[in-house]
Order: sequence, then structure tokens, then C-alpha cells
Amino acid sequence: MADVSLRDIYKSFGKNEVIHGISCDIQDGEFIVILGPSGCGKSTVLRMIAGLEVITNGEIAINGNVVNQLEPADRDIAMVFQNYALYPHMTVFKNMAYGLKIRRMAKAEIEKRVQRAAEILELTEFLDRKPRQLSGGQRQRVAMGRCIVREPKVFLFDEPLSNLDAKLRVQMRLELRNLHEALGITSVYVTHDQVEAMTLGDRLIVMDDGYAAQIGSPLEVYERPATRFVAGFIGSPAMNFLDARLRSDGKSIEIPGGINLPVDSGGLPDYGGKQVTLGIRPEHFELTEQKEDAMHLRVNHVELLGADTLVHGHFGDEKTLLTARLPDIYHFKKGATLSLTVSPEKLHLFDMESESRIQN
Amino acid sequence: MVEHRPWLTFLTHAILLLGCLIIAFPIYTTFVASTHSLDAITSSFPFLPGRHLIENYHQALTAGSGEVGATVGTMMMNSLIMALGIAFGKISISLLSAFAIVYFKFRFRMFFFWMIFITLMLPVEVRILPTHKVVADLNMLDSYSGLIFPLIASATATFLFRQFFMTVPDELCEAVRIDGGGPIRFFFDILVPMSRTSIAALFVILFIYGWNQYLWPLLITTDESYYTLLIGIKRMLDVGEGQADWQIIMASTMLAMIPPVLVVIFMQKQFVRGMTETEK
Amino acid sequence: MEKRVIFKNKVLPYFLIAPQIIITLVFFIWPAFMALYQSVQQEDAFGLKTVFVGLENFQYIFTDPIYLNSIKVTMVFSFSVAVVAMSTALFFAAMADRAIRGATTYKTFIIWPYAVAPVAAAVLWYFLFNPTVGMISFFLKAIGIDWNFTLDGGQAMLLVILASAWRQIAYNFLFFLAGLQAIPKSFIEAAAIDGASPAKRFWTIAFPLLSPTFFFLLVMNLVYAFCETFGVIHAITEGGPNEATNIMVFKIYHDSFESLDLGGSAAQSVILMFIVISLTVIQFRYIEKKVHY
Repeated sequence: MADVSLRDIYKSFGKNEVIHGISCDIQDGEFIVILGPSGCGKSTVLRMIAGLEVITNGEIAINGNVVNQLEPADRDIAMVFQNYALYPHMTVFKNMAYGLKIRRMAKAEIEKRVQRAAEILELTEFLDRKPRQLSGGQRQRVAMGRCIVREPKVFLFDEPLSNLDAKLRVQMRLELRNLHEALGITSVYVTHDQVEAMTLGDRLIVMDDGYAAQIGSPLEVYERPATRFVAGFIGSPAMNFLDARLRSDGKSIEIPGGINLPVDSGGLPDYGGKQVTLGIRPEHFELTEQKEDAMHLRVNHVELLGADTLVHGHFGDEKTLLTARLPDIYHFKKGATLSLTVSPEKLHLFDMESESRIQN
Repeated sequence: MVEHRPWLTFLTHAILLLGCLIIAFPIYTTFVASTHSLDAITSSFPFLPGRHLIENYHQALTAGSGEVGATVGTMMMNSLIMALGIAFGKISISLLSAFAIVYFKFRFRMFFFWMIFITLMLPVEVRILPTHKVVADLNMLDSYSGLIFPLIASATATFLFRQFFMTVPDELCEAVRIDGGGPIRFFFDILVPMSRTSIAALFVILFIYGWNQYLWPLLITTDESYYTLLIGIKRMLDVGEGQADWQIIMASTMLAMIPPVLVVIFMQKQFVRGMTETEK
Repeated sequence: MEKRVIFKNKVLPYFLIAPQIIITLVFFIWPAFMALYQSVQQEDAFGLKTVFVGLENFQYIFTDPIYLNSIKVTMVFSFSVAVVAMSTALFFAAMADRAIRGATTYKTFIIWPYAVAPVAAAVLWYFLFNPTVGMISFFLKAIGIDWNFTLDGGQAMLLVILASAWRQIAYNFLFFLAGLQAIPKSFIEAAAIDGASPAKRFWTIAFPLLSPTFFFLLVMNLVYAFCETFGVIHAITEGGPNEATNIMVFKIYHDSFESLDLGGSAAQSVILMFIVISLTVIQFRYIEKKVHY
């Protein structure tokens, strides 16, 4: 059990700086997910915590002790690799026991721990098998078993579910959640899949190109995304973005098609008259009867999902294709015009240059 | 391939069968000769095995022939020691070197790599006199170490292991580091066990190489108790005007051929693997 | 060449690589330099005086008719061995590739001669062709050929070529078969649909695809014939009769240990070294180029 502190950490490969100043205090027992697209540096951060990459600048502390100089073995951490990294010539039992054997633990104790972990993960009947005789899901569990027996301070996960098929992924997500509730060990989990992030994480670190774009709970990140990047990354289908202009009094916003939408809670007097980026999530559009003061969407095509309908179309002469998600089934024809509204509190405004959220 | 020309298939098999027979022919005649008495060999050309098999082989093993001065038994033992020594020696030092080259970064790494590489181009036959002198200066003539050590540093095994190590996933190494192991642990607990098949393949090749050495043992042994089997056989042929003990020579040759041939036949898969991979 | 995972130890790698480097230095590099050094020295037989003579040793051997003869003999010998061993092996490999059933059994029976040492192979053939007790020489005499390779240089050459090639057929067969089996069946089938006969299919499709293997084996066979066949010559002919089979490696042995001509044999060693190194380098260059199609 431990807390992990990332204090303004930087990483460079030669002259190439890839991680730019990330700070985060991970609480004892917290399950934190580092989320981001490929190449954003999330695995690098994980490896810096593990000790597999050298920290160029800044500090990482586990339980208050700075660990920058410590070898992975001395940091009391355990890691599940994307490809599981099971020792192919050892049985499941030996794979799980290896780390304990190196630490010269008593045989009886090793036996006890491995059996207990095997029980938790339902691996008891596989203890004598070799990795190549196991399915993907079973191998994944062995990888986790290897971590559990160590009883480390921190668990590290490097995209552990990405090699599993969709159905298995859902099942393993649940098992991971249950495991975490049972054991309560501080966990850092890396993934590019936002569903995993939203369902598993107590908090998320959303990364963009080496920067921590936002750190917050899943709901915070969804409802109040800090940057345009985060807003576009979280949520499926992705948020719609429009160029818009605030009226001079900052109380409403003009969108293509000439409509004015009221801005929430008192308006934004500082931004009066300025161009901004407006974001609206597809699921926040509502169909409305009234034609004035509503947004008119010219239907391009419709996707029927059963539970929802996705309508894709254009506002005014805008070239951008927008998406609206409406509950229930609708058979709209191409070329038809829909009237849509959005609640003011569901509007997201971003500064055009900095791409940060405009708070009010 | 859907070929409706059965006679072609028949011809193919016939040719192959004939080929195998022709190739096996010399061995067959040798075997036959090793089972006859000397008179039988010198007076006629026996085509079928005779009745002196046990007698001939026994004589070869315990007494040898003529002026060779050592029994085939002793010489076989020497050949065996040399073959095993070379096989184990080469495999061990190559594992260590390949490990160093692949998993560590150190100054002179590339320099050492090229140095080892050069040995591929220098078979012992092109440097016989100077190498002999070095061995003599080190007092290693007429000794097992002289037979073994100079031959265990060539590059093929090192390159084979290097190639294999490059395919081992990095994550296994990282997992060991996280589990608390250092490089030595990784090497013995993980890398070497995973290299089992390569080691087996190399063992076959190197055993045959060591057993079949001729020029090198010829150069550095003058004491008969260190003669290897092949040297002994050649000596048996050197009778000048006298009569060669053909039946003993043939029996000894059979004994010289059987161990490596058995290894190739029973470990054919590893042998083929070893050959094709060392030539990449 | 780079793996991402590197251990941080600075001293350990030196210890790991030390055994191989030490042996390489002591038994490979140092003697090679010694050979180079000795080739430009003239030492008297007692080893008392050495004089630097520049390229005189080389000049001398290149005007020595015996050495020139041995170069010629070596060339004839090696190319013959290569041609015989490779063509026979290719033929058998083509047959074995066609034989779907029993291919592994044939493979076993054709490959095992590789396990026989060149000198042992020599003894086998020596026995068969021996003028007094040899079965085949009896047969040859019976049909009117006066067979005695201890007197006839041409016959001696024939015998050593045969003994050397016999063993190498196995080696070549292994590689040719592997190469043939690696050719995707679809190529051959496409040619068959296009109407090509089996022979045509072989020469126009399979053989060209086999050319890297072919080239590789050519070099390997030549190096084999230059070096490893020492045992064959030493066992059967000892270079004779009349230098007819005095290949270069044998002459080096003879001059080093029996005539004790140190400068001369060192010069010859250097030349042989040069030939072997060139062949190996050519092979590597060629393989590298070919691999990048």
C-alpha cells in the first residue's frame, strides 16, 4: 500500500524531449488510468515509474521515498506487460514463484502465496501447465498472478487487455475491478481505450503528445474537459466542433446558420465579440417542435443502431459534418431538416488559439 | 501437383533409391571387409559379410595394428574427449559472448564483434605453422587442452546465439528485472533454457566437427597415447612395402564413422537445423 | 543491432566476452599476423638468423614450378569437386523434391555421409580403388583399364576428386532440398498451367530462384576443397604421384613440417589466406545484395 508522487517529471531520448513536466499525486489505494492515443507517451511514464526508463528531470516518489536511482527490483512494484512476458519454459506455478524465489522466500511461504493467488484468479488447475498450453485470457491471469504473489506497493499495467478479443475484454475488465476492490493496492493502468479508462479508473490522466492534458475523475473529464483535445478524445461518437462567435455582450453565441444560443450562467463578458470553438456532444442534442431559436440540421445520412439513431448532417452552409445521437429509432430521409436544441450547460467553449476550456 | 504420369514418379523413386545405394556402397564394402580375415581380403573381393566381425573389432580395440603404437580403444577415447570438449567449450563461450554483445553496451563492443567475425574467414588450414608454434610455446603439445582450446573460438556458434537472442522479447528481460533478477539470473534462468533447441543443434554440428578433426591433431600430437582415431587409421595405412592389416583398418574406420553417423541419423532434425541456421 | 533493453553493468560484459576474445587473439589473430610477418622473413633451418627480405619469398614461390603446379592442381581439383558435388546433389535434390512420399527417409540416407570425416571417406575410396585389394580396380582391370593411381597422376586426381565430392554431395543436397522446398508451390503450378514440362519448369522457374543457394554452395564447396580436403590428400596420395595431387594446403603442410621452409610456407599461407578471405567476402557481399529484393 503506498502513494505514488510524480513531481514534474521530464523524459528525453537524446535531444528529443518526449515527456514534458507531468505532476500527479496518486493516493494510496487509488486506481489511476493513463489514457491517450498511440505515441502520446503513456507507456513511457509507466516505465519511468517502474524504473525501466531513466527519469531525465523531476522526481518520482513511492511512499515519500524518491526512487529515481532505484532499480526496478528495489522499488517493490509489479507489472503486467502487454504481451504478458511469461517465461515460456516454466510452468504457471514456476512463473508465479520466480520473483519470490529470487528474493529467497521460504518454500512454504511461496507455496502458500501462489496457491492463494491461483485461487483468486481461478488458475489452480493450470498450475502445472506451460504458457503455450494456455489461452490468451488464461495467460493474462497468470501475468496478474505473478504480480499478486509479490504483494507489492504498486501495480503497473501496460495495456494488458489489448491482445484479447472484445468479449473477453469486457469480462476481464470486471475481474480487474473486483480484484482491485478486494486487494486495494495502488494501481497505475495504461490504455488507449476510453471505455476501459472510464470504467476502471478512479481518476484519469489524459495525455496528449507528452503533456498531461487533464487529470481528473472520469465524470469530470467527460463533463468539463480541460482542452479541446480531451473533449474530442473522450466520448463516442466524438464531440462536434464548430467555429462560433460570442455576441458583444458575451451572453449568447452565434453559430453558422445565424442562430444564437444563450450561454450558461451569466455569460462571458471577457470574450464579447470574439471567435471561439464551440463543442457539443452528439448525445446532448434534443429534437424540438419549435422552429425558431433552434438549430436546423440538414440530414446527410442516418445510422440506425437499434437503441439510438445517429444522424449526420450540416448546419447552414457549413462544410463540417455534424453528428447527433437521438434515443429511439427515427427514419429521417436525406435532405430533411431537423430542429435541434441544446441546454446551455451542455455547451463547451474553447479558446481558438490555446484550445483550453473557457471557464465561466 | 496433379501429375498423371506415374512412370515419372516411378523413375524418380528409382533414381533416388539407386542414388542412396551408390552413396552407401563404399561404407558397405568397408563393413564387409571389416568382417573378414586378412587373407580373404587380399585374395578375393568379398561381397558379403564374413565371420570375423567380433574378432577383428576386438583386436582393433585392444591391440591396434602394426606400428601405430596405440589401440583403437585409446584413440577412440581421445577422439571422444576432443569432440565433447570442443562441443561443450564452443557452446559455453559462445553463449557468454553472444549474451555480452546483445544485452550490454560497452566500449569496444563493435570492435570485439568484428574480431570474432574475422575468425570465420580463417580456418585452421591457412595458419598451421604459426598456430602450431603458439601451442608449442604454451607447452600445450601432446595434451588435451592443446587439442581442444585452439579450436573453440570460431564465430559460427556466437552468431547463431546472437541471432536467437535478438528474437527474445525485451519484456522477458524487463519482467526479470522487476522480479528482482540481474543479468546473471536472466542469463541462467531464462536465456539459456530458452536456447535449448539451438544448443542441441549446435551440439550435433560441433561434435561431428570435433570428432572429424584431422589436420590439427596431426600437427600437435607426437605421443601415441594422444593420437585420435583418424590419425591412427592413416598411420595404419603407412606400411610402405609391408602388408597393411586391412581387416583391422576397415574395422577401425567403421568405428571412426559410427558415432558421428549415429548422431546425424538420430538427431537429424537438430542437425539440419544447425546446418541451415549457421549459414545465415 | 540495438535492443531496447540493456543491462547497466559496465564491467560484467568484459568478463563474459573475455574467454572468446582471449582464445581468438591467442590462436587466431596472433598466428595470422605471425604468418604475415614470417612471409617477409628468411630464416635459416636452425632458427638462428632471420633476415627481412621483403617480397622475395613471394617472388621465389611464384617462379617455383612446383608451387605454380600446385596452384594449377588446386584449381582443377576444387572446381571439379564443386562441379561434381553440386550437380549430383542438385539432381538428387530435384528428385527428392518431387518424391512426396518418403522424402524424409531419402533425406536421411543421402545426408549421413556428411558425418564421415574427409580422411575416413578417403580411406573408404582408397580401399575400393586400391590396385591390389580394391574391388573396383579389379573390375576396371577386368574390362581393360590399366588402373594404378600410384603411378598415374590423372587417375590419382580422379580418385581424390571422387572421395572429396562423395562427402560434399550430402551437404549440398541438404541446402538444395531446403531451397527447393522453400519455393512456393504456386509458382510451379502456374508454370504447369502455362504448359511447361517438368524439365522446363525446373530450369526456368526453380533454378533461378535457387541461385542464392547455388552461389552460397559454390563458395562453400570451394573453401572446403581448398582447406578441409587436406585429410584426403594426406591419406591417399600424399601429393603424388609426382605432384599430381599436390594441392596448396598440402604443400604448405609439407613445406612447414617436412622441408622446414619457413619463409616460403608462410608466403604460401598468406596467399591461401588471401584467397579464402576473398571468397568469403564476396559471398557476404553477394548474399547481402540478393537478400534485398
